[in-house]
Amino acid sequence: MRVFSILRKYPSAAVGSFLILCLVVLAIYAPIALPYGEAIRLWRGGEGVWKESPKNARPAWYNAFGYNLPETIILDSTKDENLKERTVLTETMTDVFLSFPFDFTYDDFPQELQVFFQAEFDEKRPLIEMKWITPDGREIEFSDMTIQGNATYYVEQDEKLARDFDGQAPIHVLFADPNSETPTPLKGRYELQVAGLVFEDEADIDAQMIAYGKVYGLAGTDHKRRDLMVALLWGAPIALALGLIVSVVSGGASLIIAAVGVWYGGWIDALIQRITEVNMTLPGLSILIMVATFYSKSIWVMFGVLTLLGIFSGGIKSSRALFLQVKESPFIEAAQTYGAGSWRIITRYMIPRILPTLIPGVIGAIPGVVFTEATLSVLGLGDPLLPTWGKILNDARVNGALFQGQYYWVLEPSLLLMLTGLGFAMVGFALDRVFNPRLRDV
Amino acid sequence: MAQAALPLQPQDTIEETKKSSASGVMRFARFAGVRLLTQSFTVVLAVYVTILIANMGGHVDEIRKGFIRDQVAMFAGFDDQYAMMSSEEKKKWIDDRILIQEKRMGLEQPFIIRSFRYLTNALTLNLGRSETMFSDSGSSQVRNIILERLPPTLVLFATANFLMFGITLFTGLYLSRNYGTFLDKFVLAFAPTSAAPSWFYALFLIIIFAGSFGVLPYGGMVSSPPPDNMIGYALSVMKHMVLPVASIAIGGIFAGIYSSRTFFLIYSKEDYVEVAHAKGLHPRTIERRYILRPTLPIIVTGFALSLISMWTGSIILETVFNWPGLGRLFFQAANQFDTPIIVGSTVIYAYLLAVTIFLLDITYTLLDPRLNVGEGGAK
Repeated sequence: MRVFSILRKYPSAAVGSFLILCLVVLAIYAPIALPYGEAIRLWRGGEGVWKESPKNARPAWYNAFGYNLPETIILDSTKDENLKERTVLTETMTDVFLSFPFDFTYDDFPQELQVFFQAEFDEKRPLIEMKWITPDGREIEFSDMTIQGNATYYVEQDEKLARDFDGQAPIHVLFADPNSETPTPLKGRYELQVAGLVFEDEADIDAQMIAYGKVYGLAGTDHKRRDLMVALLWGAPIALALGLIVSVVSGGASLIIAAVGVWYGGWIDALIQRITEVNMTLPGLSILIMVATFYSKSIWVMFGVLTLLGIFSGGIKSSRALFLQVKESPFIEAAQTYGAGSWRIITRYMIPRILPTLIPGVIGAIPGVVFTEATLSVLGLGDPLLPTWGKILNDARVNGALFQGQYYWVLEPSLLLMLTGLGFAMVGFALDRVFNPRLRDV
Repeated sequence: MAQAALPLQPQDTIEETKKSSASGVMRFARFAGVRLLTQSFTVVLAVYVTILIANMGGHVDEIRKGFIRDQVAMFAGFDDQYAMMSSEEKKKWIDDRILIQEKRMGLEQPFIIRSFRYLTNALTLNLGRSETMFSDSGSSQVRNIILERLPPTLVLFATANFLMFGITLFTGLYLSRNYGTFLDKFVLAFAPTSAAPSWFYALFLIIIFAGSFGVLPYGGMVSSPPPDNMIGYALSVMKHMVLPVASIAIGGIFAGIYSSRTFFLIYSKEDYVEVAHAKGLHPRTIERRYILRPTLPIIVTGFALSLISMWTGSIILETVFNWPGLGRLFFQAANQFDTPIIVGSTVIYAYLLAVTIFLLDITYTLLDPRLNVGEGGAK
């Protein structure tokens, strides 16, 4: 009941709790939708895994803002039998004719055009001729070639086209309206014809044509064609776990250490005080960077160092000040009289007494931890294995997303980081006012 | 948690007793001396810890040994006699020279002795040559590189910090006067935004002002080529400073205003303020003497703490803005495994932190009349 009255009194706490709840739901959903191993495979996978998605594509909902950017068009002769026609010409020659017709209705050019071949043969390599037919009936011939096993044809690297088009980008010429002054794509039905000649009975050719678009999925893709959604999803549980564990463990440990120091006093207390002062003089981020550079970028190492640095921070001093008052309280004396041992007094009498005042600090420390991980990742020192929000920001920064106007790449992880930070900070602020009587009315 | 980090807790205070002003100065000097000593000791320890971390597992030694081996192998190529030796002689020749070099650099001593030599070297920034980096003037002395990068950092962060200090103080005072107004609630609602660091807001500012409108530069410190007259240079630097300073400000301003406003409100509810009101003192006088005076130590502490967090925050902010300061140097050094520079930068950061904490202590005692600096502090 008290919780609800707090939420009513501090609307920011309600908003913050809602944000945290959303984050928790996202963090639970991520491993269900995309199991850990699969997420790592997708995130680490190179071109093989992400063959069919475009590079640096904006999110698909971009088109809702009045744009009409092309989506990726994929035609595959192994999946659609109708695309392929086989005619036996002579005993030793068979014609394999593949046609890839598709409608193109977008206002912008596709990003790339690629054809992935799969050829089966024993000795004699198949011969390939390719022809491009535009909606207005023009025919453009690509370079002829022989293929072996799996081969990929890139329009951008076709020397014949580059010669024919005077060095203009082939993809622009292939899709351009010849009557337009400015380069605009011609809408209508295009067709790519692949005429293959195989010289063995068993030999065969299959092909997959991909006209890469400029939008992809809900989150877009990065420079390695990876769907950003993988890291956006998995960033949530990682950020949440790291933030919670580090702040709870370091907060709890610093509470216990402060209590032990105050209870035993003497050199133990002095030692704790000195360690804290030295630690506060140590530049924390520099230490983290040094550790990441010299030893390991593993998230567990980062977790350990963050916790260690967090234990002997300013928090230990404020807990100490509170414990000094608690130590003099009559109920401690009462406990001693009935014969309670030191450990019992510390754990049963001292710590529970000031535990509530610690909660706002612990919750308020979570954004700091989350952002520290992001900071290290942005500097390129994040765990190389894990897909996190900071990693996306790092890729975006290194690949100049800000300069090239690929704002979605920066804004998506930023938004999630912001909401996480805000959620915990809002609740932390409200709790601070609840637990701190001097702040209650102001 | 931020307020908790005071080097001097209010508990350390002892009620003021009457004393002559001369002995007050003496006591203050003694206090300052003791603080300086303990603070120096803390810095020495912190730097030692840094060296231990940087050299744990002999990592630095490995780098140095590898470096020596490369050097010796290179010189072997220039030696006429070397070419005529048999392979066993060659090996011996190289090993001998490596041994001499290692001895010269003191690598044969046990680590514990070396670590103390590293410590004195680090404290005096006598770190020799960097491994891969150079200063703009072409020097590879670590000290020169670091000292060259220090001014841009100081200019940027001093500007941002004093700006912040002024804004938070006066806005806080204004809001505490206009408690409960829309602006007050607005600032209150936005206080949690300070949970995000300044580099984070830098991304948004770059997108808006550099990317979309193109009115301000993406980064750097002066335009290229740099203007040749002083005024043009200063203007160019100021233009490049707008976005970094703005991101630092956004990163901390709401929480700053919130905390100063809150402290003003708490102190304006004290009984002696009521009494002053009852006496009919002018509201401005009350504000200055009865509210501002007791809150100032707390606010100065907050200011110093934000300065501390900024020093280390500079690593990423300067990297995002390509600001040629200490932070970016540190980042570049970390990327190139340039150990001397990394240790040197960390030492400079430790110095900056220690100086800030020391100045904070001093200001604190000057501002807080309750603090009796001469006697005790210890309970």
